[in-house]
Amino acid sequence: MKEPLIRLKGITFRYDKKYILHGIDLEVFEGEKIGLWGPNGAGKTTLLYIIMGFLKPESGIVEIFGKRRDKEEDFLEVRQKVGFLFQDSDSQLFCPTVKEDIAFGPLNLGKSREETIKIVEETCALLGLIELKDRLTHKLSYGEKRLTALATVIAMNPLCYLLDEPCLGLDETTQKRILSILRNNAKTYLVVSHDREFLRQTTDKVYLLKNGKLSQTKPDLL
Amino acid sequence: MHLEVFAEGDSFLHRMDPRVKIIVFLSFSLLCATSNTLKIPFLYLLYSASLIFCSKIRLKAFLTRLLGANFFIGLIWLFVPMRYFQLEQALMVTMKSNAIIMATIALLATSSVFSLARASLDLKFPKKLASILFLLYRYLTVNHEEYEKLKRAISARGFSPRLNVHTYKTYGYLIGGLLVRSYERAEETYKCMLSRGFKGDFPLYDVLTWQKRDLVFGIIMILIASFIRFKS
Repeated sequence: MKEPLIRLKGITFRYDKKYILHGIDLEVFEGEKIGLWGPNGAGKTTLLYIIMGFLKPESGIVEIFGKRRDKEEDFLEVRQKVGFLFQDSDSQLFCPTVKEDIAFGPLNLGKSREETIKIVEETCALLGLIELKDRLTHKLSYGEKRLTALATVIAMNPLCYLLDEPCLGLDETTQKRILSILRNNAKTYLVVSHDREFLRQTTDKVYLLKNGKLSQTKPDLL
Repeated sequence: MHLEVFAEGDSFLHRMDPRVKIIVFLSFSLLCATSNTLKIPFLYLLYSASLIFCSKIRLKAFLTRLLGANFFIGLIWLFVPMRYFQLEQALMVTMKSNAIIMATIALLATSSVFSLARASLDLKFPKKLASILFLLYRYLTVNHEEYEKLKRAISARGFSPRLNVHTYKTYGYLIGGLLVRSYERAEETYKCMLSRGFKGDFPLYDVLTWQKRDLVFGIIMILIASFIRFKS
């Protein structure tokens, strides 16, 4: 049987005295499109942060690409190969201009200048950001920021995407655009959303996170 | 980020009125800084040490702070020439600074920053000063959060620092980003305050009341400090 890209075993996490995750097991295989659904404050973002190594679980095992990840250094490879879209675009964008922000990831992967310029062009074309390329990231509108944030992730061509509320607060046209981009460009992803309809359209299976436990359902049953 | 490590506690110093503590602290510092024999700063050192003892704060955290401050005081020792008079001066500076630092921790750090800002208003300090103190404290934490956010943004895309232009540029963006963001955040907050009728100062919600024990504590502490200064 194939190894999963991401495997969590018995993950427990708490903020102060309150347990947010209580023995979470989760596997993400290549090609899977998984949704994560749950009420506010259920720990969805916390779970994604644990996969990325931003938070360390109290107990449990984080295994990514078949290797155990404990220390900060172990997560460098994870961060280079897993594309993480933050819930808040201001957490994602930090370079002065849009093109620099998109170039940041590919440069970290060791791509040459020429390759990076090509990647930036292609990504901007894909997401319809060509006109925004030279704009300042902190002056963009909310919707533009969302799209640019997604572009910075797509530019790294990750093996797996972790998307935290990619469509929150976007109009229908932009939502449809993101939907089709996900369908055509992302093979494997774990997407957090509150939007039942969105999960039905983008995922094959959905996990419900509630009271620190995960349970699996079908998107249609949500 | 946690800035008020020493403010959580339950000694009588924690319960004391912050205005009294400010007055005692100010008079103590003044007396200590202007003293000019070796004996007086030494006695003041004991005075502050006993205050620290009374405040029952975590000793390890306290020693770390003291060590950090003494690093800079240590520099004085590096640069004084080895003559008796100068050594005496260096020793005096060391004792005075340590006495004042310890008093700061025991008297001021045992109150929350908010209550200190509030107390300084009551003591008729300039309103602007109190507002700055309050906002500085509030937004230092926000700024630190913003920094954490940026750091996360950078590492989420697989950044690892090396000796190259890309790395320097990234650090530049980090600092620049922090500046731009804090500026924008400040403007936003200001608009928020204006929209709720802000006119330049913070109206006070509750009224602090003196208690007998605050007064007694204040008088005794100032008397001891003056006694050491003028009678020994």
